[in-house]
Amino acid sequence: MTAALKVIQPGMQTTVQDLGRTGGQSLGIPVSGAMDATALRAANVVVGNPQDTAGLEIALAGPTLEAAADSIRVALAGGTGELTIQRTNGESERAGTLQSVRLVRGDTVRVGSIPGSAVAYLAIEGGLDLAPFQGSLSTYVRGGFGGLDGRALRAGDLLPLRQAAAPDRGEVRLDGFDLAPRAANRVVLGPQDDYFTPDALATFLGSEYVVSREADRMGMRLEGPALAHNEKGFNIVSDGIAPGAIQVPGNGLPIILLADRQSTGGYPKIATVISVDLPALGRTSPGARLRFERVTVETAQTLRREHEAMMRTLPERLVGVRAEGFDLERLLKENLVSGVIDGHADPHRQHH
Amino acid sequence: MARLMASGDTALVVEFGETIDREINARVLALTDRIAGAQIPGVVEMVPTFRSLMVHYDPDRLLYGELAAKVEDLMQDLGTASYEARLWTIPTCYGGAHGPDLDDVARLTGLTAGEVVRLHAQETYHVYCIGFLPGWAYLGETVAALDLPRRQSPRVKVPMGTVCTAQRMTGVYPIECPGGWHLLGRTPVRMFDMRRDNAVLLGAGDKVRFAPISPAEYARLDALAAAGTLEIAPEAFTA
Repeated sequence: MTAALKVIQPGMQTTVQDLGRTGGQSLGIPVSGAMDATALRAANVVVGNPQDTAGLEIALAGPTLEAAADSIRVALAGGTGELTIQRTNGESERAGTLQSVRLVRGDTVRVGSIPGSAVAYLAIEGGLDLAPFQGSLSTYVRGGFGGLDGRALRAGDLLPLRQAAAPDRGEVRLDGFDLAPRAANRVVLGPQDDYFTPDALATFLGSEYVVSREADRMGMRLEGPALAHNEKGFNIVSDGIAPGAIQVPGNGLPIILLADRQSTGGYPKIATVISVDLPALGRTSPGARLRFERVTVETAQTLRREHEAMMRTLPERLVGVRAEGFDLERLLKENLVSGVIDGHADPHRQHH
Repeated sequence: MARLMASGDTALVVEFGETIDREINARVLALTDRIAGAQIPGVVEMVPTFRSLMVHYDPDRLLYGELAAKVEDLMQDLGTASYEARLWTIPTCYGGAHGPDLDDVARLTGLTAGEVVRLHAQETYHVYCIGFLPGWAYLGETVAALDLPRRQSPRVKVPMGTVCTAQRMTGVYPIECPGGWHLLGRTPVRMFDMRRDNAVLLGAGDKVRFAPISPAEYARLDALAAAGTLEIAPEAFTA
């Protein structure tokens, strides 16, 4: 029997994403990948996966999934969301963000809403057994490729898993890991800052912008003070687009280009958000306020190297999930007999 | 001379000019080849465009200053030497349901529909750049007599394979998408087909010609393309 996660409810927009598809931009194929790569990488660490393993990206409200495998280990990362697990024996449990949980056949897991973030990720131990396109499982819905048939999940879908069962071991949690959106975004000016008036540059760096409703995986349009182009105008001959590039069309309102951005474009780019700040931008919802702060490319790259060094230490920061007042080994042993693990040990159900 | 600029901390831009010009584009493509040949660790991928090259790189492995120095070196004596290009012939059914704007284009340019087709199909186009959509190639230039601005109101949906023109450029919509260019005809050739090893048919620097075909021939070739059995191979072309 094949191992799968069955989609009971698909959520608002749930897609398979990894860290993106490189190598195709010269053919017009966007990179895509997780909007909040840090959250996906952290979720993967919690279930013991390599950080670049594809998981489910959940926008706004999450799916309900059923374990159609002997056992499956999952973890959620994003905001203050949590998983609600419904066991086949009628028990229900909760697991917070960045905490692993093991499901057995017939159990369902519901993500629900994800307060405090625009996106969350569900990592699955062992990963999904889907065919990569150009080396990646990231879904690009506009192009109809990647992930599961190039589209968001639907009720009734079966997500095939690479692992038939999740080995029995203590569940773990990653504590003190910040996955909050931030108002301050550091940018490197350019590459077309010479298309703007000195006033426009000062306005850009000194004003607050609001994320508009027109925000999706491709980019986010901002509302706030318009930025005037100088005599060179706002039409440029199309050139390459880096992740986080902030392009300014004729109306003067910035658009930050994100995961599904096109590979080339024809508006001047006043600045580019630095790579360590992109994950926080990916978790930012419409209505949020943003500011921009200028840094040099050298500073941005020092910050990136520090971030990567920190990310490499994540596996060492995992802690075992313990229930207060209980011997963990005994709790696991007893609960595993009936297939129930409750790390939070709800006091009303301690005697089950 | 070319300018090197940072676009954030993960991309370097080499800008050779700000206009659409084959000489500039040839220099972009020549530098792309040189950097590819140098196999610099940390370079992730390159995107040649009309007038600049974007080098995407991993700052955890390669710093901006290191990459910029290497690129400066590779730009020494950068020529625009002739190269062996691929020439593709794209069968196209002009007008009718496949090219709903052909008569409008004839009216706007003061030509007959037949003349529009002849002028569009007589040129050998240069692929300046692939971008905007998976497999979208910017082909130029059309003859001056066919120069038109984009349509005032873009269409919400243009079928895959539609051959179109605007602003002395021509192209083929690789997937169904919104479009603001004038629709001249349709090719059964899939410019983007995930079933092929080369999912995207054209590359920057290639050459393209359009060959008029009948609606019946379109239908025959389209059935083959749908089944994934339409063979299309380029000829050699010295650019």
